[in-house]
Amino acid sequence: MIKKYFYSLLFVFLLFSCKKAKKAIVSKQITIVKSYNYNELKPLLEKEDNKTYIVNFWATWCAPCVKELPAFEKLNKEYASKNVEVILVSLDFPKQVDKRLIPFINKKKLQSKVILLDDINENIWIKAIDSTWSGAIPATLIYNKNNRKFYEQSFDYEQLEAELQTFLKI
Amino acid sequence: MKFTKSILVLFVFLIASAFTTKTNKGYQIGDTIEDFKLKNIDDKQVSLSDYKDAKGFVIVFTCNHCPYSIAYEDRLIAIDQKYKKLGYPVIAINPNDPEVSKGDSFEAMQVRASEKGFTFPYLFDEGQKTYPKFGATKTPHVFIVSKQNMSVEYIGAIDNSSRNPDNVSEKYVEDAINSLLAGKKPTKTTTKAIGCSIKKL
Repeated sequence: MIKKYFYSLLFVFLLFSCKKAKKAIVSKQITIVKSYNYNELKPLLEKEDNKTYIVNFWATWCAPCVKELPAFEKLNKEYASKNVEVILVSLDFPKQVDKRLIPFINKKKLQSKVILLDDINENIWIKAIDSTWSGAIPATLIYNKNNRKFYEQSFDYEQLEAELQTFLKI
Repeated sequence: MKFTKSILVLFVFLIASAFTTKTNKGYQIGDTIEDFKLKNIDDKQVSLSDYKDAKGFVIVFTCNHCPYSIAYEDRLIAIDQKYKKLGYPVIAINPNDPEVSKGDSFEAMQVRASEKGFTFPYLFDEGQKTYPKFGATKTPHVFIVSKQNMSVEYIGAIDNSSRNPDNVSEKYVEDAINSLLAGKKPTKTTTKAIGCSIKKL
């Protein structure tokens, strides 16, 4: 009797722990987004390793940015094994990081690296990132050690992949 | 004859390329602007030529939905109240296509202007003919024009702290107008800030 009770308890315990472990894998929620000022971000915009970087400037409040995110996510997944990395640089207002940005990343299950650019000196860093950038978002920088191009525009997957291809050929 | 012909071809090419640059980039500092006639939120048409006593204009492409535009609403009202009487009124223009940006319809503009108590005209760029001439790319995007010669004196941001009015240390627009009022050219003629891309189909 005691033995039976023990086994059923063990069974329940195993079931519970198993369920718990499974749940943890399914919903890998992020709780923090790392914040950078421009000087901290700069090294990420000029790496000279063997990768091609696609740096997308966006925000949760920017409708065309949100619309094109799946294209960047898809590219990040499809080209992960080809030395390509997508970095999503959010320009969300710092006080909305906890309320909007983090819930958004979890809801959309974004897999690309998301960081926050929080730097008041827009007049300095917009020009420094690219002299042609007016400051409108969405905007995207694609670069590797041989080539660098800035796009003040929206992308769909085909356009983005076509641009990336020109970088991978060189 | 051949020489004349090649000169002519070159001339046509130069005109064409100059024209192309203009249409792509819009007005640059020092360029003379064309007047426009756009519908205000009170249903009346507004042109710059209506402002007989103005010394110039603070033309701001802005809209309802963009958080950066919203962040500047109170500051724009303050600039208008301070500088309208000195001859530099604010003229706000919504360049977005409401088909793409639902919150930026003419009706929504009327609602927002009355909620916030805009002291300046809030014009609708119906058919999106005006903003490309300026080369505006985002909201908010400011163009200060002096009335003598109708020339562009300043292009860019309102101040250096879009997200937080308490952190402003440089008031680009006010500094530019103050210079113009003193009979001088602005020290900073172009600045940059983050903004929402202008919405078009």
